[in-house]
Amino acid sequence: MAINREAAWVAVGKQDDFMPRVGRVILINGVEVAVFRTTEAVYAIENRSPHPKGGPLSEGIVSGHYLYDPLHDWKIDLRDGCVQAPDTGQARTFAVRVEEDSVYIAVM
Amino acid sequence: MKRKLQLVVIGNGMAGMNAVEQLMKLTDSCDITVIGQEPHPNYNRIMLSYVLDGSKTMDDIVINPRAWYDEAGITLHTGTTATRVDTTRRVVVMDNGHEVGYDRVIIATGSTPFILPVPGADKQGVIGFRSIEDCDRMMEAAKLYKKAAVIGGGLLGLEAAKGLVQLGMDVTVVHLPDFLMERQLDEKAARMLQTELERQGLKFALGKQTQELIGGERVEGLRFSDGTELEAEFVVMAVGIRPNVELARASELAVNRGIVVDDYIRTSAPDVYAVGECTEHRGVCYGLVAPLFEQGAVLAKGLAGVETKPYEGSVCSTKLKVSGVDVFSTGLFLETPECVCVTFHDAWKGTYKKIVLKDNVIAGAVLFGNIDDASKLERLVKQGAEMTEELYNELTGAGGCCGTKANAAADFADDDIVCGCNGVTKKMIVDAITEQGLTTLDEVKACTGASRSCGGCKPLVEQLLQHVLGDGFEAGGSKQGICGCTTMSRDEIVAAIREKGLRSTKEIMNVLDWKQEEGCSKCRPALNYYLGMIWPQTYQDEKESRFVNERMNANIQKDGTYTVVPRMYGGMTTPAELKKIADVSLKYNVPLVKMTGGQRIDIVGVKKEDLPSVWEELDMPSGYAYAKSLRTVKTCVGATYCRFGTQDSMGMGALLERKFERIDYPAKVKFAVNGCPRNCAESCTKDIGIVGNDGGWEIYIGGNGGIKARLADLLCKVKTDEELIEITAAVLQHYRETANYLERTSDWVERIGLEHIHKTTVEDAEGRKQLVARMDEALSSRSEEPWQQVISDKGLRDKMFGKVVFQQ
Repeated sequence: MAINREAAWVAVGKQDDFMPRVGRVILINGVEVAVFRTTEAVYAIENRSPHPKGGPLSEGIVSGHYLYDPLHDWKIDLRDGCVQAPDTGQARTFAVRVEEDSVYIAVM
Repeated sequence: MKRKLQLVVIGNGMAGMNAVEQLMKLTDSCDITVIGQEPHPNYNRIMLSYVLDGSKTMDDIVINPRAWYDEAGITLHTGTTATRVDTTRRVVVMDNGHEVGYDRVIIATGSTPFILPVPGADKQGVIGFRSIEDCDRMMEAAKLYKKAAVIGGGLLGLEAAKGLVQLGMDVTVVHLPDFLMERQLDEKAARMLQTELERQGLKFALGKQTQELIGGERVEGLRFSDGTELEAEFVVMAVGIRPNVELARASELAVNRGIVVDDYIRTSAPDVYAVGECTEHRGVCYGLVAPLFEQGAVLAKGLAGVETKPYEGSVCSTKLKVSGVDVFSTGLFLETPECVCVTFHDAWKGTYKKIVLKDNVIAGAVLFGNIDDASKLERLVKQGAEMTEELYNELTGAGGCCGTKANAAADFADDDIVCGCNGVTKKMIVDAITEQGLTTLDEVKACTGASRSCGGCKPLVEQLLQHVLGDGFEAGGSKQGICGCTTMSRDEIVAAIREKGLRSTKEIMNVLDWKQEEGCSKCRPALNYYLGMIWPQTYQDEKESRFVNERMNANIQKDGTYTVVPRMYGGMTTPAELKKIADVSLKYNVPLVKMTGGQRIDIVGVKKEDLPSVWEELDMPSGYAYAKSLRTVKTCVGATYCRFGTQDSMGMGALLERKFERIDYPAKVKFAVNGCPRNCAESCTKDIGIVGNDGGWEIYIGGNGGIKARLADLLCKVKTDEELIEITAAVLQHYRETANYLERTSDWVERIGLEHIHKTTVEDAEGRKQLVARMDEALSSRSEEPWQQVISDKGLRDKMFGKVVFQQ
C-alpha cells in the first residue's frame, strides 16, 4: 500500500476566529499549534519554544512576521520558525492556506 | 578520512574553555574531551562578586551551558578528577580508574585560595572565596551570623567584604600591609579607596598579622601578632591563590610555583600544554583574567597550526568590581628612583590620576574616582608608548578644551581582547559591525557578547562603533532610544505624543519613523502605557501590545500554566471566600495553593483553558497579581483589634486599595498601611508605606524589597485621612506621568529626587490639586473588571482561552 505523503489540510476556523496579533492554540492530532493572524498573513507554528527551557509561544507579542517568545523574549520568524540572532534555533512551522475566509493548516 | 586529533582538556574552567573556544574558531580537526572536577558547567569566575551581591544568579554567569558542549560535539565529564597524565603511554588517568588517550593535552587546573597556615585555620566557618560553593556558604553564613572578618585587603578580599556587607554582616577587613591593594595601588589611591569603602560600611584592621584563629569547633575570632583580638563568627581568607599543580607533579612535569610553560604555552613534556592560573610563565603566576585569554590565543593557534607570535607575558590591569568605587591600575604604579610620575589629585571631586613614566615611556598608571582613561592607558602601557606633548595634553586635559580625543580602540591590534569577561577581540566586534550592519552598543552586545557581563568595556565598544561607522554613530548613549526600533528617548516620545496628538502605537511608529514597523516586545508595551496615561478617557487599550500576563490577566508559569490571585482588599477575606477558593482549587485539581508576600492567596498551576471558569466560579475580582498596577495593600490588624494600634490600618488599607486599583502604572505598585510605628506590615519596603500614629499618618515612598533592596524615604506627615488620600493620589499621578515604563518607584525617587517630589506633591498646593484632578480623571475612566469582562464576552473567552481540538 502506498503511503500518502501529501499534506492533509485541516480547516481550523474562520479568519475572524483569530484576533489580530493575538495567538490561539489549536490541538491537531496531539500537536499543539499556535496560530497567529498578523497584519500580513496567518501563520502556524508549533506551540513550543525552541529555547532550551521550552514553554509556550502562543502568548508572545507579534510584530510583522516576527514573534517575541513570551517567556524568554527570543525573536522568532513566523514564516520559517527561525530564531533571530544572537540566539539560535528553529521552531516547527506549518503551511497555512486561507480560502474564502476559512483558515486551513497543513498537517502530515 | 583523516583521523581527528584527540585533544583532552583537564579542567572545565574559564582558561581551558576559552582556549577550546578559540581553537574551535580556527579549526574543526580536533575531537575534544573535557574533564571537569566541579559538578556543573563552566562559569565566569570573575562574576562571583555579582552573585554574592545578588545582582546576578548562577544561571547568569554560566558561560557554556551543557547544551553547548553537546552542540560542539565535546565530550564532557563533570564531577571527575584527572589524577595524572601518563606521557609515555599518552593517556590521561582519572580517579574513577578510566583512561582517555590523547594526541594533545591541555592542563587548565586553575588555582585554589591560599589558606594561611595558622592554628585554627581548619575551624568551621573559615573559607576561601573562589567558587560558587563559597558564594553559597557566604550567603548561608550571612543568615546565621553577624560578625565577619575577611583576611586580605586585595582585590578579591575587598569584593568579598563588600558582598558580605551587602548581605547584612558587620565586616572587618584584616590586612598585613598598612594600606589596601598594595599590589595594584599606591598609598594615595589606597587611602582614597579606604575612605570610600568605610563610607559604604566596611571596617578595616590594617597592619595586622593574623597569628591564630580562636574559638571552639567553630571560629569565634582572630588573634593578631600584637596580642589584640577581633571577634568574628565567619572568616573569609582572600590572601592569594595557589596554582593547582598536583596533577602536573604526579605527571612529572617541570613545576615551580606553577606549571612551567614556555612562550608557546608548552610544558616540559611533549604535546602537553598548560594554560591559565595553574601556570608559571617567565617566573610569573597570574591570577587575573586577561593573561588567561592571551595565553589561550597563543595556545589555540599553536594547536591549530596557525602561525603565532610568542606569548611574552601580560601587563596586568585591575579594576575593582565594587559598586560606586572606580579604581583602576595598570603596569607600574609605584614611584621608584628611575621613574617620573605625572600626578593629579582633586580632593574636592575625589579623583586621582597618576601616570608613571620610565625613560619617558608610559609604564603604568593609577586612576581613582574617574576611570574614563583606563582603556587608553592600558593600551599605551601595552604598546610601550612614549610620552609626547600631544599625549600629555590629551591625558591631562591640558592645552585647550576641545582637542580631538584619540580613539584608543582604533589602535588595537585585530586579536587584542576588548571584552575581558567574554574574551571578545577587536576583530570579532569589527566584523560583526561591518558584516551584520550593527549600529548600537546593544546590538554589538547581543551579537558578540562584548560588554554583556561587567560592562567595563562599554566605552571601548563605543569607540569601535565610532571608528567603523564614523559619523554614522552617535556615541555616549545619549541618543539611545527606548529600544532598537527608535533613537528617541522616553521623554521625547511622550512629548511627541502630546504635541502631535498621537493616538495609537501604530500612529506613533509611523509618525516617529520606527525602524521595525510594528515595534518590538520592548516598545509596544511601553507605548501602550504612555498612550493610556496621556489620553485616559479616549485611548483604546491594545491587548496585543501587552505582555502575556497582562493580556491573559494571570501569571504565566514556566510550564505554560497560570496562577490566579483573587483580590482581597487590605489582605482581608471571609470564611465564605476561603471556602470558594478551596472548592475551586479542588475542582480544577490545582497542584499548589500558596500565600503570597502581599497577604493574598495564590492558586498555582491553572490550565489556560480553565482560567475563565476558575474566575467565574470564584466570583471574586482580579487581584492584579500580573499587572503593572496596584498589586496589594498589606495591612496590620491596627486599632480595630491590636492593643498597640493607634489607627484603623485595615480600614484605610482597604479604602486605598479600592481607590487606586485597576489603572495602569509604569510598574507594579505595592502599599502597606500600619496602625502604629511597630510597622508589622513593613512599610519600609513598599512603594507607598503608611504608618499611623496618635496624631495622624506618616507617608513613606520608594521602598523596595526586591532585587535591589531600598528603604522607603519619609515624604511627609499628615494629620487627617483626607490629606493622606490626597497626597497619595498626587504622588502616584506624578509617578505615572514622569517615570519610565517599568521603572519602580525606588529607582524613580532616586532619579528625580525626593526633594523634587516633596516640592511637587506636598509644598505646591496648587500643583497637587491638578495632579489629583488628573488622577481622578484616570480613575473615573478605568475599564471594567478584567475577569468579568472575559466571563461575559463569549467571543473573547473562546478566542483567547479556548482550546480547539482536531483529531484525524
